[in-house]
Order: sequence, then structure tokens, then C-alpha cells
Amino acid sequence: MIKHLVALILGLLIGLLLLAAALYYNPFSVENRLSPLSVTDNFVIKLNYSAVAADGLVYTNDGESQVDPHPAKVLQLWEPTIRQTSTMATTLTDSRGQLAGVGIKFSSRSEETSILDGQALVDSVWHIYMPGRGSVFVAQTENYWEYIREIVVPARWSSANNWRGTWRGNITSGPLALGTGRAVGGSGELDGIETEAVEALTAKAYSVEQGPVAMQGELSIEIPGAAVGDPVAAE
Amino acid sequence: MIKTLIAGIILGVAAGGAGLYYLPAVDQYRERSMITVNPNGGNSEVFHVNIPMDRIMIGAPSQAAPLPVGLDWPGDAELQGLRVELFKLRNQKDAVVGVASRMAAGETGNIIEWVLHLPARGSLYVSMRPDAVEGGFRLGQLRAGTRDFDDMHGQLSERWVADSSGSEDAPAGRIELRTRIVALEEDIPEDVSQQVAEAEDS
Repeated sequence: MIKHLVALILGLLIGLLLLAAALYYNPFSVENRLSPLSVTDNFVIKLNYSAVAADGLVYTNDGESQVDPHPAKVLQLWEPTIRQTSTMATTLTDSRGQLAGVGIKFSSRSEETSILDGQALVDSVWHIYMPGRGSVFVAQTENYWEYIREIVVPARWSSANNWRGTWRGNITSGPLALGTGRAVGGSGELDGIETEAVEALTAKAYSVEQGPVAMQGELSIEIPGAAVGDPVAAE
Repeated sequence: MIKTLIAGIILGVAAGGAGLYYLPAVDQYRERSMITVNPNGGNSEVFHVNIPMDRIMIGAPSQAAPLPVGLDWPGDAELQGLRVELFKLRNQKDAVVGVASRMAAGETGNIIEWVLHLPARGSLYVSMRPDAVEGGFRLGQLRAGTRDFDDMHGQLSERWVADSSGSEDAPAGRIELRTRIVALEEDIPEDVSQQVAEAEDS
């Protein structure tokens, strides 16, 4: 009887491990490395930022998560309704590294997350102001499954508890049909535009203790009806 | 015993799969929404920000006392007319329900915008008119919304309400934000329109 019980428990554990392996190595989970905006004829505004919390202006969360708030004395989001939310304020640079604006990003873990479908989802919005251009709001659903699979899990497996390499991937997975985010212009030359946006991450180093150590974000916003050389496209 | 092991494996895969399918990986805590239905359609909701305790950040050039302490706001000339603030957002019961950003830009402060982010419900993006109207209100138009606020249109008003309680622990005042939103009109199918017209005729 005891032998059968041990076999059953062992079987259960093997079954759970098999399921975890099947999910982790699932060849059907989509790898989204090519931006849908890379084939557009329209001009695309590219805004870069450091995805390392300590490099930004302000980063805050519940204060108990992996990434520490920055600066250390910033108000933390510990209340139950916002405990799974992080807020970041950062400067944004253009492709030449010149200051392009300031952006606020609110990110909340999404209830649509489905591990079985390879979806580790985050609902996020950007509130951006670009001097001389105007303001824009970007709403997107982000999928961090590939990021977790390629960076976070290998870092935890590593004896040094970190990951080094080069990984680039689009994290935007919706809500628009092509897996792009929705951007709405609010003022200046962007006033009234409704367009698409895609956010990508380029990671080079990650630590289990601190989170991202060397990581850049790039937010691409398509400007409909503007080709390179148009006044609106001039940087 | 081998049969028991195999049964255990199958049971393990099935139980794990069922657990992942039925148990939510993320469960956002919700406060009860305090919505008032307007008599002429749509609904209203009042949020507020207690000042100074709910202020997370003031990003503006030449701040004598940066908030948060240690904030290194860029001194670039392009950002001279910009003021960015981050807040915790509360409902009428004074419970925190979200976070919000307010941006004011332009030499004459002609761009004022809010983004309200309620994790369990969605986000609102609002452009305000720069001039306050009678009663100290500033009015703004909902430009975009997500999830619960998708396909909605309406207004948001902001006003400063100074604290009159005199209590030692009371905030200096609050920024009151009142939304008035309504779902965008949907196309009514033709057959339904005809039925309505016939009913009205009869």
C-alpha cells in the first residue's frame, strides 16, 4: 500500500514537471521579434529609454517586488488596489540620443494572463510629452512570456543568479489586431491622430536580485500620412 | 506499481493543467465602484487626490525641494515649461483605487492633461481646457479610454478644494476629479429601428 502511495506521489510530481517542461519548451508559443511597424511606409517616431529602474527619473511599486523603487524615498504603491502596479517616469531620447521628451508609464499585471497559452500579460499605458511635437497616450497589452523564458528563467538556473547576452523582442501584443498598441495624440502636431505603437526591449544583463541591469526600451509610434522628410517627420 | 506511477503522471499533468486553467494567475483587488447614473444618460464618478500625501512626484525645473527626495529632474531648456505630477487616486470613500499623472506644458500652460489608471478597470486619457470656468472648475474632454472605458466619451472636471476641517492630520486640500462619461452610440440594426418606428406609429 505504501509503495503504491509513493508511486502515486512520484507520478504526480513527474506529471507536474512534464507539464512545466511542455509549457516552457512549447514550440507553439509565438515568438514576436519582428515589429509590424517595420514594414510601414509611414514615418515612425522612435523613443528610447533605459528600462533599468535606477536610470529613470522615478520608479515605484509595492516596495516588496524584485526591483527596488527609485529614488529610495519615493511613495510606494502598497495599497491592495495598486499593489500589482508599477509606475515609471523617464526621459525619452530620439535615435540620435537627443532628449525627445518625458514619459510616464503605468503597468499593471493583467487578469487575462494565461500560462497555458504562453501569455504573461501586463496592461500598460504611456503618457508622453514631446517638446515641440505635443503629447500622446499609448495603451497596450504587453506579453512578457518570451522575456521570462529567455532571460528570467535562465538567470534563475544560472549558478551566479544572473543572465548575460543579447535579447531583443517586442513586448506589445495588443490590443489592436496586428498585435500593436493604440496611440492617441492629445496636443500639438499629434493632436487628434489615432495610430499604432509597438514597444520593444533590448536586454544585455539581468540579475535575479535586482531585475534588469542593462536593458533598453524602444517605443515606436507610427505617424499616419507622414513619410520621412515631411515637416511632422522632421526630428 | 508501474500502473500506479503512470496513473500518477497522468493525474499530475491533468491536475496541473486544470489548476492553471481554472485558478487565475492574476487577481486584481477591486474596490466597489461608486458610480452615479445621470438622469440624461451616462454616469458620473468622483475621484480625488489628497494633497500632499498622495503626491508621488513633482517633475518641474528648479524645484526648491524635489519630490520625491533625490529626484534629479533634467534641466534641459526644452523642458522649462513642463510640469509633470504623479498621484495616488482615491474614490469617494477615500480608498486608493489607482494612480494618475498630470502634465501641464507650454509657456502659457495651454496643455493640461490627465491620465487616470485604475488597474482593475482601465485607463482614461483627458485633455483639459486651460481656462477655469465659474466655480473654479477646469473642464476636459475624454480623448481615449481602455478596457472598461473603451468606446466611451465624456468629460472630466478638476477643481481644488481646500480643507476646511481644521484637523491637524487633515490634508491641505484635495484635487477633485469628476468624470461624466457615456458609451458611444451604437448602430441600431435596421429591423430593430423599423420595429421601434412601427411601435411608435401604432
